[in-house]
Amino acid sequence: MREWAVKPQVMLAIGGVFLLLLLASFIVYLLGRRNPGKDYGELRQRVKSWWIMIILFSLGLLLSRKLSLVFFAFISFLALKEYLSLIPTRRADRRVLFWAYLTIPVQFYWIALGWYGMFIIFIPVYVFLFLPMRMVMIGETRDFLHAVGALHWGLMTTVFSLSHLSFLLVLPEANNPQAGGAGLVLFLVFLTEFNDVAQYVWGKLLGRHKIIPKVSPNKTWEGFLGGIATSMIAAYGLAPWLTPLSLEHSLAVGAILPAAGFIGDVVISAVKRDIGVKDSGSLLPGHGGILDRIDSLTYTAPLFFHFIRYFYY
Amino acid sequence: MTGLLRYLFFAILVRAVVLVLLGVNLRHRERLPDRGPAILAPNHNSHLDTLVLISLLPLRLLPRIRPAAALDYFLRNRLLAWFALNIIGIIPVSRKPDKKGAHPLEGCVKALERGDILIFFPEGSRGEPERRAGLKSGIAHLAEHYPEVPVIPVFMHGLGKSLPKGEALLVPFFCDIFVGEPLHWSGERSGFMARLEAAIADLEGEGNFPSWH
Repeated sequence: MREWAVKPQVMLAIGGVFLLLLLASFIVYLLGRRNPGKDYGELRQRVKSWWIMIILFSLGLLLSRKLSLVFFAFISFLALKEYLSLIPTRRADRRVLFWAYLTIPVQFYWIALGWYGMFIIFIPVYVFLFLPMRMVMIGETRDFLHAVGALHWGLMTTVFSLSHLSFLLVLPEANNPQAGGAGLVLFLVFLTEFNDVAQYVWGKLLGRHKIIPKVSPNKTWEGFLGGIATSMIAAYGLAPWLTPLSLEHSLAVGAILPAAGFIGDVVISAVKRDIGVKDSGSLLPGHGGILDRIDSLTYTAPLFFHFIRYFYY
Repeated sequence: MTGLLRYLFFAILVRAVVLVLLGVNLRHRERLPDRGPAILAPNHNSHLDTLVLISLLPLRLLPRIRPAAALDYFLRNRLLAWFALNIIGIIPVSRKPDKKGAHPLEGCVKALERGDILIFFPEGSRGEPERRAGLKSGIAHLAEHYPEVPVIPVFMHGLGKSLPKGEALLVPFFCDIFVGEPLHWSGERSGFMARLEAAIADLEGEGNFPSWH
């Protein structure tokens, strides 16, 4: 591993995030004072959870690269565990699920080595071939296809896709001298989450026309397009600080990320609807579970990673 | 000395496993007792049940928490007996008639007398994981003896998936723990048992649990 030094741009960007958070807390406080009758409990909880998540994320990202990888591996573990607790599983597959958990440290070990070739095929090829074999060895064929399909989809979503975030950290620093891998992670995570909030706010303010009422009745075209416009402006402003993206590319990324994040969000919504739950869990008060929070990232992380890798690395 | 070991075991090891490896979704925390005497009456799926329940109560109550457990199982060899009695802090309950004529639940009665919080699994044994079994009426005996002691029904889901009977490999799953309103002795055994069973079933109905077979 190369030496770890936090670039001033990254510190500034994190400082900016904390300013935004202070602003959000202040707005919630003002709302509570203006309309004492209204209950802002959930909004308040949501902002409080944001504080905890962003403090943990900042510590995880800034202290050392090893810690960053452990932090992101732990998020994958929480997400996979939440997913496996949510879906129907077979008693016979207990040991197979144990193997599925073991893919997390292995996948992050490839990342720590910076071994791109292995990182990119380990889960889609080797794990994909291994887990069905392990299931066959146990010999339970009832619901086999369902079990093996659901398990692999979960691994692709919660481990493979999310781990692209971590591989940004080990890309060569020289290609992004002003902010390094941490700058890329910050840019991606900030834009993804900022767009989630922007889509929500635009939808609340102007939302009329529903996009896919059968899956997610609160999603509107107004929210979606408002999110894209807001994200393009944010990407345009932030990219020169944190990324090597050219102006045209930063606008393109500013449009791709909100669209991808939207899809990640509704895909997890469809899974929850299929299972019959409203939230994926209760880990993050005001947000729901961990899958509810990282749903957009499962789409934006691999797409952003391959965009930037193709053009700049 | 063993008190300190027990404290460290629960404060560090059990909490780390419960919070990091497993993860708990606890509903109605406010219904958990904040002092003894009280009886917690959960369904039983796994050895982890006791450990997780103890870790949900504040550490200051730890010296007061006593799980009732089968004597023939937990005292079957010296090492296990030492661990069960001193670290887990079990009250051994005999499942066979006692030669000396002592009541099998005498230890539990004494614990409640001391003001302890008793964890008592009314299903008797772990049985089939994630499947509720019929309740045994021993708990009614305790409630009748101490009508003022609250009996708190608890429904637990998920630990039977993590560590079912007969398995040594722990596989992480989030577990759900729903705490019910305290029940009191109503003056009649079968009525009390029916209310307890219904309370646990109602708690189960609060959740939406994926199938596991």
